[in-house]
Amino acid sequence: MQVSMTVNGQQHSDEVEPRLLLAHYLRDVVGLKATNIGCDTTSCGACTVIVDGLSVKSCTLLAAQAEGAEVTTLEGLAGPDGELHPMQKAFREEHGLQCGFCTPGMVMAAIGVLADNPDPSDREVREGLEGNLCRCTGYHNIVRAVQSAAKAGPAAGQVPQGQEVAR
Amino acid sequence: MIPGPFELVRATSVEDAIAALVEHGDDAKILAGGHSLLPLMKLRLAMPAYLVDISGIPGMSYVRVDGDEVAIGAGTRHHELEKDAVAAAEVPLLPYTASQVGDPQVRHRGTIGGTVAHSDPASDLPTALLALGGDVVVQGPEGRRTIPLTEFWLGFFETALAEDELIVEIRVPRTGSAGWAYEKFTRRANDWPIVAAAAVDGRVALANMAGSVVRATATEEALARGASIAEAAALADEGTSPGADMHADQEYRRHLARLLTRRALERAAGAASAAA
Repeated sequence: MQVSMTVNGQQHSDEVEPRLLLAHYLRDVVGLKATNIGCDTTSCGACTVIVDGLSVKSCTLLAAQAEGAEVTTLEGLAGPDGELHPMQKAFREEHGLQCGFCTPGMVMAAIGVLADNPDPSDREVREGLEGNLCRCTGYHNIVRAVQSAAKAGPAAGQVPQGQEVAR
Repeated sequence: MIPGPFELVRATSVEDAIAALVEHGDDAKILAGGHSLLPLMKLRLAMPAYLVDISGIPGMSYVRVDGDEVAIGAGTRHHELEKDAVAAAEVPLLPYTASQVGDPQVRHRGTIGGTVAHSDPASDLPTALLALGGDVVVQGPEGRRTIPLTEFWLGFFETALAEDELIVEIRVPRTGSAGWAYEKFTRRANDWPIVAAAAVDGRVALANMAGSVVRATATEEALARGASIAEAAALADEGTSPGADMHADQEYRRHLARLLTRRALERAAGAASAAA
């Protein structure tokens, strides 16, 4: 079947099997490999992307369910000049990662947390990221990164193109 | 993991979806948020030949007051219910329970109609709905009918829904300022409950204490007789048949049912007296 969607501002239209998952579509058809597939059971959040302003786990969504949607992956965050998104900057500055496998999903979910609550407490960040697992258990620095990003202003809770991200 | 092959039917109206169910019968499953169905399909525990996607049907997501009841569109997603002002004012147990489902990403996709149709005994919202009492409005080729929530869930993944029927609405009584609580016990943050108890207005429902969500009838009868919360909660596991797994054996689940029922009733009573 034919699916069409906007990925990081670019229109894509492809012939796919109905059973193709969005995570596989993004990685294998569009060719964007930042979105990792971890548990493949809706638990770990490594495959989190933003679909029409909301964080979702792309391993539990058919590509066909994103028909007509605006999809943002980690690759869509930095500006055309390579300027990092405030959430990416904060993860780097606070060292919000160890092995880095969970990081793409963690960054996308964290943008959703700030969209919902621009000034979250430590506990609210942790609850907002409850769907994302870091097997290095590097949570303290991740929480610090999200709170540091919050101080950078409202752009930290938005994806580019001025698209609002709600939790 | 990849689901088995199927054909996707994009329904544009409720009638359109029902026509697809009539045509394909047992070979078809409804796809709403897909967060219960797709994981089952990835494990090949479900292999429908047709998926009927209802997410494109307009007007299936709403929460509105209708007389003494609150009507909730079957397509209402958990995060919409969680943030809904009408639900917060009229039936606050529901938005709170919606906020306890899975994690934010799951709540962005899952729908109330989907969780009701799925009939997992460990589901959060069905537990709250059963405590509220009310009805499931379903539509089939012959039109609409109403099924009381107390008669809807028949067992594990089994409901009173016919194979050519679609859930279109859930109706629950407005509870206003009546005390309410949802107490959920999990081992991990975004998990299903090992056991959970919902209490509102003297009614109590339990998750994961039988093949489907169940009312704690012995507790409710004791409360109606004027028993204390402690006495009534001590009866919460009567008539239940919990399963055993690596998280909890039957006796531990029975203990949790009594404990969580007591906590839920105490919290509900506290909320009611604070509101009075």
